[in-house]
Amino acid sequence: MNKNIPRRVIIKGLAGVGGALAAYSTSAQTAGMAATQSGAAAMQDPSKIPGGPPTAIGQRATEVGLHRETFADVASVTPLQDLHGTLTPADLHFERHHAGVPAISAQHHELLIHGMVDKSLKFSLQDLQRYPASTRLCFIECSGNLFTFGGERTSPQMLCGLTSQSEWTGVPLRSLLNEAGLQPKASWLLAEGGDAALMTRSITVAKALDDAMVVYAQNGEPLRPEQGYPIRLLLPGWEGNTNVKWLRRLELSDQPFMTREETAKYTDPLKNGTARQFSVVMDARSIITSPSYPARIEHGWHEIRGLAWSGRGRIVRVDVSTDGGKHWQVADLHGPVLPKAHTRFTLSWRWTGGGAELLSRAVDETGYVQPSLQQLVAVRGQASTPYHMNPIVGWLVQGDGQVLFKAEM
Amino acid sequence: MLALVRLLVMLLFARAGAIAAEPGISLGLGRTVSDAEIKAWDIDVRPDGEGLPAGSGSVAEGERVYAQKCLMCHGERGANGINDQLVGRIRNDAFPFALDPSAKKTIGSYWPYATTVFDYVRRAMPYDRPGSLSDNEVYSVTAYLLHLNGIIDREVSVDAASLPKIRMPARHRFVADDRTTSEQFTDGEQ
Repeated sequence: MNKNIPRRVIIKGLAGVGGALAAYSTSAQTAGMAATQSGAAAMQDPSKIPGGPPTAIGQRATEVGLHRETFADVASVTPLQDLHGTLTPADLHFERHHAGVPAISAQHHELLIHGMVDKSLKFSLQDLQRYPASTRLCFIECSGNLFTFGGERTSPQMLCGLTSQSEWTGVPLRSLLNEAGLQPKASWLLAEGGDAALMTRSITVAKALDDAMVVYAQNGEPLRPEQGYPIRLLLPGWEGNTNVKWLRRLELSDQPFMTREETAKYTDPLKNGTARQFSVVMDARSIITSPSYPARIEHGWHEIRGLAWSGRGRIVRVDVSTDGGKHWQVADLHGPVLPKAHTRFTLSWRWTGGGAELLSRAVDETGYVQPSLQQLVAVRGQASTPYHMNPIVGWLVQGDGQVLFKAEM
Repeated sequence: MLALVRLLVMLLFARAGAIAAEPGISLGLGRTVSDAEIKAWDIDVRPDGEGLPAGSGSVAEGERVYAQKCLMCHGERGANGINDQLVGRIRNDAFPFALDPSAKKTIGSYWPYATTVFDYVRRAMPYDRPGSLSDNEVYSVTAYLLHLNGIIDREVSVDAASLPKIRMPARHRFVADDRTTSEQFTDGEQ
């Protein structure tokens, strides 16, 4: 807003469009209902009424109901079936926190680096923003991201909405470790959040020096509180829990710290009586986001759309089946296909009626092929961990066009 | 020609006083911190005992603290509460978690290190007042939970010297991530 113009002048200037704006809002809210009840005649022609004024903060169209679903006060899930492309709007990025979203002021927040470094340092947000910045797109996925309790009435959001993708900007962690003087024997670091859980994970120095970042921006804006404001750790391709939010401390060590999260929680029991530990990389996975429950489709052409991703690199191929796995077709991948990133795939499909079963199967650049649930269970055990479950999942198209989750995988 | 352009660009930036920051160079940012500042935040405890504070705790004292500050969420004697079950061993200390969905992951049946109990309770518990317990109270609650799980006797007290030496029943169960060899799926049809 131009500071030279007195505010009352602006208000007066805008007064003329106020009435029209009110009418516009009302018509937009009822537009959907009017169109279905009595056709377009009930709608006011938006080309015959001046539109609304510019606003300080944009809003979604009132008839667009994008929202997260919340889980038991500890998580919320991204509406995968309602999004296009690969970028998750920041306000729809999934959440998982262990003691709520802390109220942190960047002015009073610092990042301490200490332990096996030559000099212990504390960095303010301003300090961090003075380092050469790095920006990348990648997904973050909670390692426990398969929820089938809804049975056949399970949407992609409720099935595996604990994955989201953002463009993250921050400073490579290696720059900060270099500043502090990493000692040769340092092989692990403890990352600690400044939330009420003081959540901690042990991270290998190898990952820290590879592609780890301390990020302060998401999709171009400062991090949102629920995503770690003012800073979080970003470990591309690693399970969400290790991407410590509200990051306040990094302690270098020559051994892991064996925190509660990496012992009692994010470990994976196997049928042979052992449990995998530090199983941090997210394996390749895919899901068809459309058509999916709760959609009901009509006969004719559809585009099967979905997301595929791998924590080990790029997606190189996605296979799609419309007959429950008897035949597979190679889907189109929408570029640029980035490593450790959600990748959009599509395949045109004509539904001519009768039952159909839609499946997708991702392959990443390491040659890893997304497994069936039976394959995973064969290695791990029938009641194996909810963590790192990435099976092929499917959608059943009923004769009437209703799409249901294939609960029996 | 290209070399000349490069030279001109370099001169241009040199005149403007700009130096591109090379990866790996120090910018001299961040402030040095006192030992007291580090100590205020450095509360983690490793399995080798590094980070354990002075003090000690008894099972009896832990029982008293638990009744006041833990029982409301974790239940009588560490079970049947509204939050995580903390107490329980499995017959023969078996590890059936991948086969039996009713098997409960408790401190006694699953946690590999006693030091983790101290670290976690000190940093994050009680949920509504994290960080409010004294070090002796944390030692005591840790002792009580280890006792309820049948890992230490009632008369045993724990401190920085003894806690790292306690061998947890599930300690030997944890293995490195082997998915890149054991889960090399190549065909979704198998």
